[in-house]
Amino acid sequence: MTPVISPFALFFASIFTSNILLANFLGMCSFISISKDMKSSNGLGLAVTVVLTVTTAVNWGVLQLLEMLGLEYLRFIVFIIVIAAVVQMLEMIIDRVSQTLYMNLGIFLPLITVNCAVLGVSLFMEIRDYSFWQSVIFGFGSGLGWWLAIMLLSAIRQRVEKAPVPAGLKGAGITMITIGFMAMAFIGFSGMLSVQ
Amino acid sequence: MSDIDTRPGAILKNNLWTSNPIFMQVLGICSALAVTNLLTNTAIMAIGVTFVTGLSSLTVSLIKKWIPRKVRMIVQTLIIAFYVIIVDIALKAYLPEISRSLGPYVGLIITNCIIMGRAEAFAQSNDPLPSLWDGLTSGAGYMGVLMVIAVFRELLGFGTLFGYQILPANFVPWTIMVMPPSAFFLLGIVIWVGKSIMNREGAPA
Repeated sequence: MTPVISPFALFFASIFTSNILLANFLGMCSFISISKDMKSSNGLGLAVTVVLTVTTAVNWGVLQLLEMLGLEYLRFIVFIIVIAAVVQMLEMIIDRVSQTLYMNLGIFLPLITVNCAVLGVSLFMEIRDYSFWQSVIFGFGSGLGWWLAIMLLSAIRQRVEKAPVPAGLKGAGITMITIGFMAMAFIGFSGMLSVQ
Repeated sequence: MSDIDTRPGAILKNNLWTSNPIFMQVLGICSALAVTNLLTNTAIMAIGVTFVTGLSSLTVSLIKKWIPRKVRMIVQTLIIAFYVIIVDIALKAYLPEISRSLGPYVGLIITNCIIMGRAEAFAQSNDPLPSLWDGLTSGAGYMGVLMVIAVFRELLGFGTLFGYQILPANFVPWTIMVMPPSAFFLLGIVIWVGKSIMNREGAPA
């Protein structure tokens, strides 16, 4: 809860030690379904990173406004609307700016609105009382952490696909256990620094 | 989807077992994993989810005629957010301790895919009462799996159940059980056991 965290530490903590996915379990749904395919994983990872950075910044401003008006209890609704709006706008901007990027990213953007990681980061930002720059760094770092995790998992899953796995464990079961091992590996980082 | 069996018994069996939201559809596991290190938190969380799923399915079904198809997602999200705010305020007022330890995960009920999934797959095309029942039983199916995971995590991680000491005092707690990886392992094992039993029954997987 202390606001005196160096930005550098915060950035690395949000990627490694408190990875949004492996330590806070956010963004699992699309993580499981998309990670079958490495190319899509990459696209989704990029999209999540962009959206997280932008929405966390916007939601920080919105939160200040709500607190000024004494309407904090509306924050869930407002956050989710902001996220939906940002995603929609990004979609339009990307469509104008680059067609190839739109082709690669377009299908993932609607998925992000219901990605718990995006809302989760905004809520963490609120609970931990981050300043504006901390929020932006936290959002960006969390996005990168999510990206890293999904790339690692999809790489592992391609190998697991060919391995002999018990029938009942195929698919979701083995994926969960794989993620468990990844989470254990990431806990190894937690001795280095921790930010709560 | 018109081939859904809408008899109450069939819905119950379907949601609790044959298409359990967690181990068959792997939906809504974000929050499932985060809160399962203590049974009390898990129970409160699951009741919250059940409440929201039931009532938002009911509401979506009641007003489905007036929602244009194009904006139905955002309308559903707003309905869900409305109920989540009620849960959040109620928790803060009556159970402030638990509300604090659940942290952001209460708010994250909004993005729990189970709720959206039920609204979209069932409430959208069925009458209000079956929808309410469908939402409640889906929540119950979610609760069942969560409780199983939480029992293991709390018992092995702290030696307690619902905060009461169960295992002898000289029991050495398994630290791993209170940390994130164990949640993934246990969920993986629960899915494994569930699917294996189902395969043996010869039900379509």
